[in-house]
Amino acid sequence: MTLYLARRLVTMLLTLLALSVVVFVVIQLPPGDFITSYIARLSGSGETIDQAVIDTLRERYQMDAPLLSQYWAWLKGMLHGEFGYSFEMKLPVSEIFSERIGISLAVELLAVVVMWAVAIPIGIYSAVKQYSLGDYFATVIGFFGLAVPNFLFALILMYICYVWFGVTITGLFSPEYMNAKWSLARFLDFAQHVWAPVLVIATAGTAQLVRVLRANLLDELNKPYVLTARAKGLEKRKVIMRYPVRVAMNPLVSTIGWVLPTVISSSFVTAIVLNLPTLSPILLRALLSQDMYLAGALILFMGVLTMIGTLISDLLLAWIDPRIRLGMVGAN
Amino acid sequence: MNQSSNEPVLQVRDLSVDFPHKDGAFHAIESLSFDLYPGKTTCFVGESGSGKSVTARAIMNIVDPAIITQGSVTIIDSKSQTPLELTSLDTDSEAIRAVRGARIAMIFQEPMSSLSPVHTIGQQIIEAILLHQDVNEAEARKRAIEALAAVHIHSPERAVDRYPFEYSGGMRQRAMIAMAIACEPDILIADEPTTALDVTTQAEILLLIRELQRKKGMSVMFITHDMGVVAEIADDVAVMLNGRIVEHGEVDQIFHAPTHPYTRKLIDASLGLEQSDARPLPARPDTPLIQIDDIRLQFGGHKSWFSKTVHGAVVALESVSLSLWPGEILGIVGESGSGKTSLGRVLMGRYKPVSGNVIYTDRQGRERDLTQAASFRDKQVYREIRMIFQDPYSSLNPRMTVEQIIAEPLKINGLASGHELRERVATLLERVGLSASMMERYPHAFSGGQRQRIGIARAIALEPRVIIADESTSALDGSVRAQILDLLLDLRDELGLSIIFIAHDIGVVRYLCDRVAVMHRGRVVETGLAHQVCDAPIDSYTQRLIAAVPRPDPRQRGLRSV
Repeated sequence: MTLYLARRLVTMLLTLLALSVVVFVVIQLPPGDFITSYIARLSGSGETIDQAVIDTLRERYQMDAPLLSQYWAWLKGMLHGEFGYSFEMKLPVSEIFSERIGISLAVELLAVVVMWAVAIPIGIYSAVKQYSLGDYFATVIGFFGLAVPNFLFALILMYICYVWFGVTITGLFSPEYMNAKWSLARFLDFAQHVWAPVLVIATAGTAQLVRVLRANLLDELNKPYVLTARAKGLEKRKVIMRYPVRVAMNPLVSTIGWVLPTVISSSFVTAIVLNLPTLSPILLRALLSQDMYLAGALILFMGVLTMIGTLISDLLLAWIDPRIRLGMVGAN
Repeated sequence: MNQSSNEPVLQVRDLSVDFPHKDGAFHAIESLSFDLYPGKTTCFVGESGSGKSVTARAIMNIVDPAIITQGSVTIIDSKSQTPLELTSLDTDSEAIRAVRGARIAMIFQEPMSSLSPVHTIGQQIIEAILLHQDVNEAEARKRAIEALAAVHIHSPERAVDRYPFEYSGGMRQRAMIAMAIACEPDILIADEPTTALDVTTQAEILLLIRELQRKKGMSVMFITHDMGVVAEIADDVAVMLNGRIVEHGEVDQIFHAPTHPYTRKLIDASLGLEQSDARPLPARPDTPLIQIDDIRLQFGGHKSWFSKTVHGAVVALESVSLSLWPGEILGIVGESGSGKTSLGRVLMGRYKPVSGNVIYTDRQGRERDLTQAASFRDKQVYREIRMIFQDPYSSLNPRMTVEQIIAEPLKINGLASGHELRERVATLLERVGLSASMMERYPHAFSGGQRQRIGIARAIALEPRVIIADESTSALDGSVRAQILDLLLDLRDELGLSIIFIAHDIGVVRYLCDRVAVMHRGRVVETGLAHQVCDAPIDSYTQRLIAAVPRPDPRQRGLRSV
């Protein structure tokens, strides 16, 4: 087990290194660099910029050095915990991170938890009572959840809350708590605001999970081992929870790996519409303006999340499924 | 009918089960009445779809999505003689759950899928014990180990913590039986418990059930479609057809004085295979079609860095030499794991033996070594050697029509297209006994036997010279099986095919094959004419194998207790 973990950690580091190369190349791919897009934006708004200032900037950030040494400088900085400087926001990347990462993870983890907590019971109900009224209801709502874009749902929610209840649901804090220190009052304020974005972000994922779990469970419910368990004299409810549900969870557990990164990268429109101080709108801005250090750090961060998630889901899978633990997949 | 002095433990009266359907209900079983007696075995025979399994489930009152429309199932306590009617109980009530597993236990056909893959054998047995007996977990574990010991599983203390996939097929069925008998039920319902096992394992399981039955005085309801098994173990027999019991009587009467024509048909079908006469051997030319010469095949293992020897490899085939002559049907029999299927795959170039060669003489008379990948490169071998598979359900793509399935090999090889292709498919369908109008349907619209015919049509589409049929009839019922065997014989004569028929069913091999090779642990232990090998085997392993085959005659019971 220790050996397995050690091996996994080493491969994770190597993967991370490979990812950093890819990230760097991708960021460098579009023509121009941050300075040129900066100048373009300034001249677009009618301002001019002194050539001397440009040259100083270029030199300071080694814009004209060969790619390899730019990459090396970036990587070396990261190993020292310096993620570089965001030209766009005029702040060190680490500062932007520390400001937003906590809130971001809180909102997104909450969304994932809500997703699972809602989806699993509905999925089980839908499969066990296939073609019942409740199943059709869950199916219809589920398809709405899948089909309605998140941002539209966010806009509708905002409109309803404002027109019917006179509440604005944008942001995560009321203005007076915006920059306050954490306190019970600030936490309660956060709790009052966070439900809307969590609801919006979680809908599509929930609908998808319900469909997946329903389909998996329908396959498992007809397996002979379910009949065996019932023939033992076990209560039907217990049979379902103890046997087919456990087997049907496997494919869901294996999605844990990418669920967080997916939520972060897919929630940016919602975050913009609802004006959330999370990481995802920053990622979009950084990519649009070729803000190299910020974008690179964000993408790498998501890569790390994916790898940690995959490790967790692999360990969980091995824990719940002996066939995987003992290295035999679907022995016949 | 029953001369048992005992009182019955179970009385079924006028039992009917319907599957509700939007075009009216389908009657799965209609007005069944029978009794089960302690210490007696009642066999239920009939083809698939005759309602045998539904009857078993109706006794347990687990029939959903079907419904029990009428009748009663009464279980009678052997000590107090108090009757309890089961069909009127709620299907998930405490009263019925106290009967399931404790007084009526059930074992099933496929022990792998009937056991949960994610729980240990022990957890599953202990669960049953804790449900019905007032003991703590440690005591339940002790009883589970005792139950495993009772079914003769080696070192039960360790086996109890194993998962089903770590067991062999026979051991899984033993574990399943251990689970069923752990609570000492009055009635054991066995639903085709040996159909998925090979003959020697089947014999062991049948002996085990009989031993446990004698020890505990259980009543056994045994569902099967194998008349040989019925003759071997039954006291009483109930013959089912289309959801009704058409004949019910003592085993000797059923076999030697059957009254219903369907019973007679079932017995004749099983005897037909047993008592068929030898056919004249096809004329033998000078050179064999396929000459297998001293091949050795192994899996896994790793080569040492310093020597060429391989360590830890599993030997699948060891010094196997065989020849297939033109126009001949060669049977390959043996238990599961004996290397039959591996041999077939060597011929298709799927596995490469480490030594020896397989010379195939193609249509143009060129010799090709099938152990070399180069022999397969121009695809001619694939056109000339075709396969028919075991499972007619999973070997046909459910999303392709029959026409597409049969036309595929013709299209891939560019042999026909458009109107001509359709006509070829129509001819092929008619040749295997199906109607050309069926070609637009999907495989799910066909029965098992019809699907196997489609598989055969696909195999003969390219006018092959050799067909390898791997357990191609073992998933089929008796009478359907006989029809498929006759179809293969006709095709052999019409098309001049040679057939390699891989099977574990001795009766089928005796009926169909000209010559037989018996395999045991990767070696060919005996080859000879089919009738000689099946009726008077020379090798001691073959003798054991043949002795394990149940004869469809209760007066010739061959199972001896170990």
